[in-house]
Amino acid sequence: MNALLAVASAVAVASTLAVILQRRAVHALLYLIVSFFALAVAMLALGAAFAAALEVIVYAGAILVLFVFVVMMLGSEDARPRGAGWIGPSLLALVLLGELLYAFLAEPGLLAPGAASLPAAVPPQTVEPKAVGIALFGEYAICGEIAAFLLLSGLVGAFHLGRRDSPARPEGGER
Amino acid sequence: MSGQGLEAALALAAALFAIGLAGIVARRSLVFMLLCAEIMLNAAGFAFIIAGARWSQPAGQVMFIFLLVTAAAEVAVGLALILTLTGTLTDTLTGTLTGALSGRPSKGDR
Repeated sequence: MNALLAVASAVAVASTLAVILQRRAVHALLYLIVSFFALAVAMLALGAAFAAALEVIVYAGAILVLFVFVVMMLGSEDARPRGAGWIGPSLLALVLLGELLYAFLAEPGLLAPGAASLPAAVPPQTVEPKAVGIALFGEYAICGEIAAFLLLSGLVGAFHLGRRDSPARPEGGER
Repeated sequence: MSGQGLEAALALAAALFAIGLAGIVARRSLVFMLLCAEIMLNAAGFAFIIAGARWSQPAGQVMFIFLLVTAAAEVAVGLALILTLTGTLTDTLTGTLTGALSGRPSKGDR
Protein backbone atom coordinates (compact mmCIF):
# COMPACT_ATOMS: atom_id res chain seq x y z
CA MET A 1 0.00 0.00 0.00
CA ASN A 2 2.92 2.30 0.54
CA ALA A 3 3.64 2.26 -3.20
CA LEU A 4 0.05 3.27 -3.95
CA LEU A 5 0.30 6.05 -1.39
CA ALA A 6 3.59 7.28 -2.84
CA VAL A 7 2.32 7.40 -6.42
CA ALA A 8 -0.93 9.07 -5.36
CA SER A 9 1.05 11.64 -3.36
CA ALA A 10 3.22 12.45 -6.36
CA VAL A 11 0.16 12.88 -8.58
CA ALA A 12 -1.55 15.05 -5.95
CA VAL A 13 1.41 17.37 -5.50
CA ALA A 14 2.04 17.65 -9.24
CA SER A 15 -1.57 18.41 -10.12
CA THR A 16 -2.02 20.87 -7.24
CA LEU A 17 1.11 22.72 -8.32
CA ALA A 18 -0.31 22.80 -11.83
CA VAL A 19 -3.54 24.34 -10.43
CA ILE A 20 -1.85 27.48 -9.19
CA LEU A 21 0.35 27.77 -12.29
CA GLN A 22 -2.47 27.65 -14.85
CA ARG A 23 -3.62 30.77 -16.61
CA ARG A 24 -7.08 29.59 -17.55
CA ALA A 25 -9.54 28.86 -14.78
CA VAL A 26 -11.04 25.85 -16.55
CA HIS A 27 -7.69 24.10 -16.92
CA ALA A 28 -6.92 24.78 -13.26
CA LEU A 29 -10.25 23.20 -12.37
CA LEU A 30 -9.40 20.09 -14.38
CA TYR A 31 -6.11 19.76 -12.53
CA LEU A 32 -7.83 20.28 -9.20
CA ILE A 33 -10.32 17.50 -9.92
CA VAL A 34 -7.41 15.15 -10.67
CA SER A 35 -5.74 16.29 -7.46
CA PHE A 36 -8.84 15.42 -5.43
CA PHE A 37 -9.00 12.01 -7.08
CA ALA A 38 -5.38 11.40 -6.13
CA LEU A 39 -6.11 12.46 -2.57
CA ALA A 40 -9.03 10.03 -2.51
CA VAL A 41 -6.62 7.24 -3.49
CA ALA A 42 -4.33 8.29 -0.65
CA MET A 43 -7.28 8.17 1.76
CA LEU A 44 -8.11 4.67 0.55
CA ALA A 45 -4.51 3.63 1.16
CA LEU A 46 -4.85 4.99 4.68
CA GLY A 47 -7.97 2.91 5.28
CA ALA A 48 -10.53 5.74 5.21
CA ALA A 49 -12.83 4.39 2.51
CA PHE A 50 -15.87 6.48 3.48
CA ALA A 51 -13.90 9.72 3.39
CA ALA A 52 -12.43 8.72 0.03
CA ALA A 53 -15.91 8.17 -1.40
CA LEU A 54 -17.06 11.52 0.00
CA GLU A 55 -14.02 13.19 -1.50
CA VAL A 56 -14.94 11.94 -4.95
CA ILE A 57 -18.70 12.42 -4.67
CA VAL A 58 -18.96 15.70 -2.79
CA TYR A 59 -15.70 17.52 -3.48
CA ALA A 60 -15.00 16.52 -7.05
CA GLY A 61 -18.59 15.76 -7.97
CA ALA A 62 -20.46 18.67 -6.42
CA ILE A 63 -18.25 21.51 -5.25
CA LEU A 64 -15.88 21.57 -8.22
CA VAL A 65 -18.73 21.12 -10.69
CA LEU A 66 -20.24 24.23 -9.08
CA PHE A 67 -16.95 25.97 -9.78
CA VAL A 68 -17.06 24.81 -13.39
CA PHE A 69 -20.62 26.11 -13.77
CA VAL A 70 -19.71 29.51 -12.38
CA VAL A 71 -16.57 29.87 -14.49
CA MET A 72 -18.62 29.01 -17.56
CA MET A 73 -21.36 31.43 -16.48
CA LEU A 74 -18.87 34.26 -16.15
CA GLY A 75 -18.84 33.90 -19.86
CA SER A 76 -15.48 35.15 -21.00
CA GLU A 77 -13.98 33.52 -24.06
CA ASP A 78 -10.98 32.45 -22.02
CA ALA A 79 -13.14 30.41 -19.70
CA ARG A 80 -13.45 27.75 -22.39
CA PRO A 81 -10.98 24.91 -22.50
CA ARG A 82 -8.77 25.48 -25.47
CA GLY A 83 -5.73 23.94 -27.08
CA ALA A 84 -3.94 21.09 -25.40
CA GLY A 85 -4.88 22.03 -21.85
CA TRP A 86 -6.75 18.79 -21.32
CA ILE A 87 -3.76 16.54 -22.03
CA GLY A 88 -1.96 17.08 -18.73
CA PRO A 89 -4.94 16.24 -16.49
CA SER A 90 -5.71 13.25 -18.71
CA LEU A 91 -2.20 11.85 -18.29
CA LEU A 92 -2.35 12.27 -14.51
CA ALA A 93 -5.78 10.63 -14.45
CA LEU A 94 -4.33 7.75 -16.50
CA VAL A 95 -1.73 7.24 -13.78
CA LEU A 96 -4.54 7.03 -11.23
CA LEU A 97 -6.40 4.56 -13.45
CA GLY A 98 -3.27 2.43 -13.57
CA GLU A 99 -3.18 2.50 -9.78
CA LEU A 100 -6.80 1.36 -9.65
CA LEU A 101 -6.13 -1.53 -12.03
CA TYR A 102 -3.04 -2.48 -10.06
CA ALA A 103 -4.98 -2.52 -6.80
CA PHE A 104 -7.61 -4.79 -8.35
CA LEU A 105 -5.29 -7.13 -10.24
CA ALA A 106 -2.57 -7.48 -7.63
CA GLU A 107 -5.16 -8.33 -4.97
CA PRO A 108 -7.77 -10.66 -6.43
CA GLY A 109 -9.43 -10.88 -3.02
CA LEU A 110 -10.69 -7.34 -3.48
CA LEU A 111 -13.06 -8.48 -6.21
CA ALA A 112 -14.58 -11.31 -4.18
CA PRO A 113 -16.88 -9.95 -1.48
CA GLY A 114 -17.04 -12.06 1.60
CA ALA A 115 -13.60 -13.56 1.09
CA ALA A 116 -12.38 -15.66 3.98
CA SER A 117 -9.49 -13.43 4.84
CA LEU A 118 -9.01 -9.76 4.27
CA PRO A 119 -6.67 -9.13 1.36
CA ALA A 120 -3.34 -7.66 2.23
CA ALA A 121 -4.25 -4.45 0.43
CA VAL A 122 -6.69 -3.51 3.17
CA PRO A 123 -4.66 -1.52 5.64
CA PRO A 124 -4.81 -2.66 9.24
CA GLN A 125 -6.17 0.59 10.61
CA THR A 126 -9.25 0.60 8.37
CA VAL A 127 -12.20 2.47 9.88
CA GLU A 128 -15.48 1.10 8.60
CA PRO A 129 -18.20 3.45 7.32
CA LYS A 130 -20.53 1.98 9.93
CA ALA A 131 -18.27 3.16 12.73
CA VAL A 132 -18.14 6.61 11.14
CA GLY A 133 -21.93 6.78 10.97
CA ILE A 134 -22.34 5.67 14.56
CA ALA A 135 -19.87 8.30 15.73
CA LEU A 136 -21.43 10.99 13.54
CA PHE A 137 -25.00 10.48 14.76
CA GLY A 138 -24.15 9.39 18.28
CA GLU A 139 -21.21 11.05 19.84
CA TYR A 140 -21.14 14.04 17.48
CA ALA A 141 -24.88 14.56 16.98
CA ILE A 142 -24.76 18.15 18.27
CA CYS A 143 -22.01 18.95 15.78
CA GLY A 144 -24.20 17.50 13.06
CA GLU A 145 -27.02 19.85 14.04
CA ILE A 146 -24.63 22.82 13.96
CA ALA A 147 -23.40 21.72 10.54
CA ALA A 148 -27.04 21.70 9.41
CA PHE A 149 -27.39 25.30 10.65
CA LEU A 150 -24.29 26.22 8.69
CA LEU A 151 -25.63 24.64 5.51
CA LEU A 152 -28.96 26.43 5.96
CA SER A 153 -27.25 29.79 6.44
CA GLY A 154 -25.13 29.12 3.37
CA LEU A 155 -28.27 28.35 1.39
CA VAL A 156 -30.04 31.50 2.57
CA GLY A 157 -26.96 33.61 1.90
CA ALA A 158 -26.44 32.27 -1.60
CA PHE A 159 -30.14 32.72 -2.38
CA HIS A 160 -30.10 36.28 -1.11
CA LEU A 161 -27.00 37.18 -3.09
CA GLY A 162 -28.27 35.52 -6.23
CA ARG A 163 -31.74 37.08 -6.24
CA ARG A 164 -32.60 39.33 -9.17
CA ASP A 165 -33.88 42.15 -6.96
CA SER A 166 -31.23 41.69 -4.31
CA PRO A 167 -30.22 44.91 -2.56
CA ALA A 168 -26.65 43.83 -3.19
CA ARG A 169 -27.23 44.53 -6.90
CA PRO A 170 -27.55 48.10 -8.07
CA GLU A 171 -30.53 47.49 -10.35
CA GLY A 172 -32.47 46.25 -7.35
CA GLY A 173 -32.58 49.75 -5.89
CA GLU A 174 -30.86 51.11 -2.84
CA ARG A 175 -32.30 50.22 0.50
CA MET B 1 0.50 0.98 8.47
CA SER B 2 3.95 1.84 9.66
CA GLY B 3 4.67 5.20 11.14
CA GLN B 4 6.76 6.02 8.11
CA GLY B 5 3.76 5.87 5.80
CA LEU B 6 1.80 8.13 8.11
CA GLU B 7 4.67 10.59 8.22
CA ALA B 8 4.81 10.63 4.43
CA ALA B 9 1.05 11.25 4.32
CA LEU B 10 1.40 14.12 6.81
CA ALA B 11 4.15 15.58 4.62
CA LEU B 12 1.73 15.38 1.68
CA ALA B 13 -0.93 17.24 3.66
CA ALA B 14 1.59 19.92 4.62
CA ALA B 15 2.77 20.25 1.03
CA LEU B 16 -0.78 20.66 -0.27
CA PHE B 17 -1.52 23.28 2.38
CA ALA B 18 1.65 25.18 1.46
CA ILE B 19 0.77 25.08 -2.24
CA GLY B 20 -2.70 26.43 -1.48
CA LEU B 21 -1.27 29.20 0.67
CA ALA B 22 1.23 30.13 -2.05
CA GLY B 23 -1.63 30.24 -4.54
CA ILE B 24 -3.70 32.58 -2.37
CA VAL B 25 -0.73 34.89 -1.96
CA ALA B 26 0.39 34.80 -5.59
CA ARG B 27 -2.85 34.87 -7.58
CA ARG B 28 -5.06 37.92 -7.82
CA SER B 29 -8.13 36.39 -9.40
CA LEU B 30 -10.96 35.84 -6.94
CA VAL B 31 -11.87 32.50 -8.51
CA PHE B 32 -8.33 31.25 -8.09
CA MET B 33 -8.19 32.45 -4.50
CA LEU B 34 -11.37 30.55 -3.70
CA LEU B 35 -9.88 27.47 -5.39
CA CYS B 36 -6.74 27.75 -3.29
CA ALA B 37 -8.85 28.07 -0.14
CA GLU B 38 -10.45 24.78 -1.19
CA ILE B 39 -7.00 23.20 -1.55
CA MET B 40 -6.05 24.33 1.96
CA LEU B 41 -9.30 23.10 3.48
CA ASN B 42 -8.83 19.78 1.76
CA ALA B 43 -5.29 19.43 3.08
CA ALA B 44 -6.52 20.11 6.60
CA GLY B 45 -9.20 17.46 6.20
CA PHE B 46 -6.60 15.02 4.96
CA ALA B 47 -4.55 15.68 8.11
CA PHE B 48 -7.65 14.85 10.17
CA ILE B 49 -7.99 11.57 8.30
CA ILE B 50 -4.34 10.71 8.89
CA ALA B 51 -4.82 11.33 12.60
CA GLY B 52 -7.93 9.16 12.60
CA ALA B 53 -6.02 6.38 10.82
CA ARG B 54 -3.18 6.61 13.31
CA TRP B 55 -5.45 5.66 16.22
CA SER B 56 -8.06 3.73 14.18
CA GLN B 57 -10.75 6.10 15.41
CA PRO B 58 -13.75 7.30 13.33
CA ALA B 59 -13.44 10.83 14.74
CA GLY B 60 -11.00 11.84 12.02
CA GLN B 61 -13.47 11.02 9.25
CA VAL B 62 -16.27 12.73 11.19
CA MET B 63 -14.20 15.90 11.30
CA PHE B 64 -13.55 15.51 7.57
CA ILE B 65 -17.30 15.44 6.98
CA PHE B 66 -17.72 18.66 8.97
CA LEU B 67 -14.93 20.25 6.93
CA LEU B 68 -16.79 19.14 3.81
CA VAL B 69 -19.94 20.90 5.04
CA THR B 70 -17.95 24.05 5.78
CA ALA B 71 -16.37 23.98 2.34
CA ALA B 72 -19.74 23.51 0.65
CA ALA B 73 -21.29 26.48 2.47
CA GLU B 74 -18.22 28.61 1.83
CA VAL B 75 -18.21 27.82 -1.87
CA ALA B 76 -21.93 28.51 -2.23
CA VAL B 77 -21.69 31.95 -0.64
CA GLY B 78 -18.32 32.77 -2.20
CA LEU B 79 -19.39 31.93 -5.73
CA ALA B 80 -22.62 33.88 -5.27
CA LEU B 81 -20.54 36.85 -4.14
CA ILE B 82 -18.26 36.53 -7.16
CA LEU B 83 -21.25 36.42 -9.53
CA THR B 84 -22.81 39.44 -7.83
CA LEU B 85 -19.58 41.40 -7.98
CA THR B 86 -19.12 40.54 -11.63
CA GLY B 87 -22.54 41.88 -12.49
CA THR B 88 -22.03 45.00 -10.43
CA LEU B 89 -18.49 46.01 -11.13
CA THR B 90 -18.20 45.40 -14.85
CA ASP B 91 -19.11 48.95 -15.81
CA THR B 92 -17.50 50.82 -12.99
CA LEU B 93 -14.11 49.28 -12.47
CA THR B 94 -11.08 48.87 -14.61
CA GLY B 95 -10.54 45.98 -16.94
CA THR B 96 -7.92 44.51 -14.66
CA LEU B 97 -10.31 43.83 -11.83
CA THR B 98 -13.01 42.69 -14.22
CA GLY B 99 -10.57 40.26 -15.75
CA ALA B 100 -9.52 39.12 -12.30
CA LEU B 101 -13.12 38.51 -11.32
CA SER B 102 -13.83 36.45 -14.38
CA GLY B 103 -10.76 34.31 -13.97
CA ARG B 104 -9.40 35.65 -17.21
CA PRO B 105 -5.64 36.11 -17.39
CA SER B 106 -4.85 39.79 -17.31
CA LYS B 107 -1.71 41.82 -17.37
CA GLY B 108 -1.08 41.85 -13.63
CA ASP B 109 -2.06 38.25 -13.04
CA ARG B 110 0.11 35.25 -13.54
